[in-house]
Order: sequence, then C-alpha cells, then structure tokens
Amino acid sequence: MSTHAHAGEAHGASVGTNLAIWIGLVAITGLEVFLAYEELQPKVMLTILIGLSLVKAAMIMSYFMHLKFEKFSLVLWLIPAMIFCILVMMLVFFTEAFSSFPLMHH
Amino acid sequence: MHDVHTETALDSAWSGGGSPFAMGSKKLGMWLFIVSDTLTFSALLVVYTYSRIMNPDWPKPFPMNPAIIFSTTMTVVLLASSLTMVMAVMASQRNDRKATVLWMIATMAGGLTFMGLHLREWFHLIEEGATITHNPWGTPLFGAVFFGVTGMHMTHVLIGVIYLGIVATGYGRGKFSAEDVEVNGLYWHFVDLVWMFVFPLIYLMSVKY
Repeated sequence: MSTHAHAGEAHGASVGTNLAIWIGLVAITGLEVFLAYEELQPKVMLTILIGLSLVKAAMIMSYFMHLKFEKFSLVLWLIPAMIFCILVMMLVFFTEAFSSFPLMHH
Repeated sequence: MHDVHTETALDSAWSGGGSPFAMGSKKLGMWLFIVSDTLTFSALLVVYTYSRIMNPDWPKPFPMNPAIIFSTTMTVVLLASSLTMVMAVMASQRNDRKATVLWMIATMAGGLTFMGLHLREWFHLIEEGATITHNPWGTPLFGAVFFGVTGMHMTHVLIGVIYLGIVATGYGRGKFSAEDVEVNGLYWHFVDLVWMFVFPLIYLMSVKY
C-alpha cells in the first residue's frame, strides 16, 4: 500500500503555493519590462533576460509541471540531455560569432 | 483512481516490471515530446539571438503603446491560463469532473484571448509594412525571425486550445481519465514556458524608446 500513499502525495503543491509561484512569475515579467527601458547594452540585456527566463522556466517546470514532485530519476534523465543538445547547437554559433567579431567593430 | 496500467507503472523499479520513473506511459511520452519540442524552439531562439546580436541595424519596431502593453498583457493572460490549468488538474485528481471542465474552459479562454491579442499585434506590424522578406526599419531578417518564432508559438497555442477542447469534452463525458487531463496540462504549461523566452527575447530586446 505504500505505493498508494506515494501516488497520493506525489501530486504537488497546494493552491497557495501555486498562486505564490504565479505572483512570482508575474513579478519577474514586470522586472523584465522595467529593464527593457533601462537602455542596457544588447549583450548585457540578453544575458539578464535569458537568466531571468531560465528562473521562470525552472519555476514553471518545478511547480506547474510538478517535476519537483516526480521521481528525481526523471529529472536526471531529461534535463542534462536537453541542456547538452542545446549546448551543441550553441557551439556552432559561438564559433561563428567569435570569428565575426572583428567584422563587427569595423 | 488509477487504472491497472498506471498501477503497474507506479510499482517500484526493483519489484520487477515497473517503470523507473513511476509514471504512466502517456505522461512519459508527453515529457519526451516536450524535450524534443524544446530543442525545436531552442534552435529557433539560438538562431534569433545570434542574428539579433550580430546585426547592429536590427529593427526596434515595438513602442510602449500598443506593442509592449499588448505583449505584457498577453504574457500575464498566458500565465493566468497556466494557473487555471493547475486548478483543472487538481480538480481532476479530486474526481470533480464539473470543476475540471470549467477550469479547462477558463484555460481555453485564456489561450484564445492570447491569440486574439497576438493576431492584432501581427496585423499592426503588417500594416506598418513588415513582411517575411522585407520591413521598413532595418535588416530584412527581422520579418522571417519575428513571424517564424511567434508563428511557431501561436501554432502551439492553437493546437493547445484544440487539445484542451477534446480532453475537456472527453473527460466531461467520462471517457478520459485524470491522467489525460494532467498530460494535457503538461503540454499547456510547456506552451506557457516557451512564451517566457519568446516575449523577452523578441519584444523586450527590440523596444522603441
């Protein structure tokens, strides 16, 4: 019967916690819109925005998609492989991007 | 609550024949689809960010009013529809079919509102002269990237709304289980998650001051 108990409690956070996560997501969105009007360098802006988006993605996956409440083996199976694939994609662009930097500053 | 198939999957991995991830095959399948779809969107967004940084004359066609106000509203609406989806999944786990269907209808309304606002945004840009191959502001790449990335996302929202309609109807009639609602929820949250990258990278990186 232990599997039953586990299945029962595996279904995530309370309404209050989910509401708090939602408020957090809206607040980060507000911060992003505020930053858009700070006229930062595109590269700095891009880095901050991707960082904040990753935080939001982690919040959505952990609570709304209740990955936090699944077996940790699922996270280990999906996430590192996904990050690896994205990095491989980036690898192509980074090489290209660095070789084009001298052209940009002409 | 769980059918025989799910019950087997929930058994411990060490007791023989169980799933190491303790979940049904539908949910596992959706997670695999989400990972592969993440890579599709990653490819688009990696190409976009590269083009955005490498082109100093990248257009900045989004003024505060209407583009940024619209897209921020769209973001909040999509986030709200994720919250209603969470409520739908919770209701389905209590076996409350009526509440589940109502929360799912609220989620669909959120998705449709998002699409309506987004299409207005699109037509606004098209009126100003932006097409896939040309625009009046700068590098012609902008149109292909903007309509490509947001169009891809909007297609996912449309599919999500249809998917929600089918599952809500089937669940209301007792043909689908709570697991089907949960799997539908995973897809919907993923569509929301992708927008969390598209909105800042496409809109907020090209604000007209």
